[in-house]
Amino acid sequence: MLRKYIDKIKPHFEKGGKFEKLHSTFEAFESFLFVPDTVTRQGTHIRDAIDLKRAMSVVIIALIPAMLFGMWNVGYQQAESLGVVRSLMENFRFGFLHVFPVIVVSYVVGLGIEFGVAQVRGHEVNEGFLVSGMLIPLIMPVGIPLWMVAVATAFSVVFVKEILGGTGMNIWNPALVARAFLFFAYPSEISGDMVWVSGVNEAGVQLADAFSGATPLAQAAAGHPFTASLSDMFIGIIPGCIGETSTLAILIGAALLLFTGIGSWRIMLSVFAGGAVTGLLFNLWNANSYMALPFYYHFVMGGFAFGAVFMATDPVSATHTSTGKFIYGFLIGFFAVLIRVLNPAYPEGMMLAILLMNTFAPLVDHCVIQVNIGRRMKRMKQPEPVRN
Amino acid sequence: MSKVIKIRKGLNIKLKGKAEKILVKAAPSDRYAVKPVDFAGLTPKMLVKEGDAVKAGTALFMDKNRPEVLFASPVGGTVEAVVRGEKRRILEVVVKTGEKAFENFSPMKPMEQDKEKITEYLLAGGVWPFIRQRPYAIVANPQDTPKAIFISCFDTAPLAPDYDYIFQDVDPDFQAGIDALAQLTSGKVHLCVYSDYPPAATFAKAKNVEVHLFSGPHPSGNVGVQIHHVSPVNKGETVWYVNPQDVLVIGRLISKGVYDVSKTVVLSGSEVNAPRFYKVVGGCRLTSFADNIRTGNNRCISGNVLTGTKVSPEGYLGFYDHQVTVIPEGNRHELLGWALPGFGKYSASRTFFSWLTPDREYAPDTNLHGGRRALVMTGQYESVFPMDIYPEHLVKAILAGEIEKMEQLGIYEVAEEDFALCEFVCTSKTEVQAIIRDGINMMIKEMN
Repeated sequence: MLRKYIDKIKPHFEKGGKFEKLHSTFEAFESFLFVPDTVTRQGTHIRDAIDLKRAMSVVIIALIPAMLFGMWNVGYQQAESLGVVRSLMENFRFGFLHVFPVIVVSYVVGLGIEFGVAQVRGHEVNEGFLVSGMLIPLIMPVGIPLWMVAVATAFSVVFVKEILGGTGMNIWNPALVARAFLFFAYPSEISGDMVWVSGVNEAGVQLADAFSGATPLAQAAAGHPFTASLSDMFIGIIPGCIGETSTLAILIGAALLLFTGIGSWRIMLSVFAGGAVTGLLFNLWNANSYMALPFYYHFVMGGFAFGAVFMATDPVSATHTSTGKFIYGFLIGFFAVLIRVLNPAYPEGMMLAILLMNTFAPLVDHCVIQVNIGRRMKRMKQPEPVRN
Repeated sequence: MSKVIKIRKGLNIKLKGKAEKILVKAAPSDRYAVKPVDFAGLTPKMLVKEGDAVKAGTALFMDKNRPEVLFASPVGGTVEAVVRGEKRRILEVVVKTGEKAFENFSPMKPMEQDKEKITEYLLAGGVWPFIRQRPYAIVANPQDTPKAIFISCFDTAPLAPDYDYIFQDVDPDFQAGIDALAQLTSGKVHLCVYSDYPPAATFAKAKNVEVHLFSGPHPSGNVGVQIHHVSPVNKGETVWYVNPQDVLVIGRLISKGVYDVSKTVVLSGSEVNAPRFYKVVGGCRLTSFADNIRTGNNRCISGNVLTGTKVSPEGYLGFYDHQVTVIPEGNRHELLGWALPGFGKYSASRTFFSWLTPDREYAPDTNLHGGRRALVMTGQYESVFPMDIYPEHLVKAILAGEIEKMEQLGIYEVAEEDFALCEFVCTSKTEVQAIIRDGINMMIKEMN
């Protein structure tokens, strides 16, 4: 029935139709509802059942544990800050009401631009933003003004994606650029001790005595003792960006990404390896309390796990060669811990480490490929090896 | 015997409709055709016209750029039609079956002849086009001396014919063909066999060859993969390759003096009633199998589902094909198909629940399963491409038209069939094989 209706209105959206200008939009919705009836023309006659929609929905499903936990934690942290006791559902409802608008704004602004650009360029709407639109809210502090989310999303979609040629062409991870944009444009809204818990910086709020609002990262950078235990950090009952606090929830998502083969195990593994090695090297140096911190603390604090699982693995902005992925991931882990420990101005190193390596990913690939080319050239000069 | 070369990257796609090992004689075909479009990069020049009487082995057309390369009629009869497509491109030369007559070429003893004599003989006998070359995967240039000649004695493509079954009885023509080929190369004739079970008697008893053992998933049977692992093609080098059934054709010409392109093909696929092997003459019409193919919205493919050519049920078998596959067409919409669990949908990734049933045989249709998108996922091509070449970067170099880069990244070693699995697994539904052929054509143009 639905199919008949779509077939009926379809001519209006095709060339010469009434709504010709909305062709891309119509196509996006049609292909959302129905897998197109296109068949193979040349080349392989059968195709793998996977398409970009499927791949992207797997990533979104993988993000759901982190998102749900993040919503609950927003409520929980706020209750802690006020020293009140609330039930699990009350905490979740509080968090949902604060997080959901951020998600809506991110999607509406980002998809609006994507649809518009697709229409102007006359091609199909790419699914890439479905993931970016979910990532952006999860790496924001909860109190972020919605207009800032809108501006940051628009900035990253326009300047990082569309100007460089759209999905598949961007050099940097769009979600991270949105965060970096806010980080440098409005630093007071995205750093410091008072932004991570909802409502604490409003006038007249009576805070609980023990409340500090500082994230473990800030405490580590300042050399203060942690208020949260290692297990609290792992489970995620700490202040931080909406989706990044729970290493546990992130690992559930990571398991799905790895099992389905959508996320690169090479990148994830080597980011953690890079972080661990760097952490251990600092242990050897041991010049201050931050350097002496066991390396696994880095994994559960701040955005390390979230970045390793969901950001570094973005296939477009990462390296494309398998060998390159190991180098790329390792250096992300290395730089993230390096920036955290040595640079007092930026408690969180993950965002900058990934953006830095995004920038150098093509160079890493280039080197890997030059080695391959070199091997081929060398083979050419040598005489045919004698085989028995 | 040398050590086993293990191919680790690749993918075996399990499909419904695998042929039983039963050999039947196909119903005689009323018409046969040679299709110039089967030969990549060929500009044909007709040597006969409609109404001419021909014998099996009479040249129908030649290569305009290399007039010594002749393409012969598979049977005796009359030339019925020269079917042309857009821009008067010749698509098919159709011969209506008539009296069974063969052109008479005198048999020869290849061991006593030199390269020039044998080349001349194979060219005149019309069997030269069975010899192909890397680089470019085109009909071999008779002026070259290849550094090696490869014969892949197994096919790992989905539902492919089992050569160990076809060659189970020793056929002396195979050795005759090899002896002739051995005189054409400065190196050796390499026979590549599958290591998991003992090779057929014909292959095991072959002399004057070097045997290589391969194991692993498709595309380990692709001759390009085998060449890459044994004797890779560098710039300026040439390797030739011949299908084992085509070696028989060459051998029959040598020992009997006739152009006899009879061969065993496999009819397979989910829309075939009883998949089995057929004895046919090359270029036969698919109507020979009509009683064994289900009616309905199907696609007949000359060749396998990855690299074959779509043909009509009244169409003809391709020159290099030893397989006909029939699968359902997929021109239907599917409500929210991308979001369903997908227990019955085959995917190399584990994004569909079909990972629960790894041994299941699938009956996929020709649906594209999604729209064409920009390249987003990475590492997919690499995981099914068992050569020391970066497939994604080669594809991108071709799209950008960078000749030098293509050369550096290894375009001389590849053919479109080597990229068939890349195309299959591609999330963005890119037509990788067509891109590779474009790249090869660019290279040929650049080099001449």
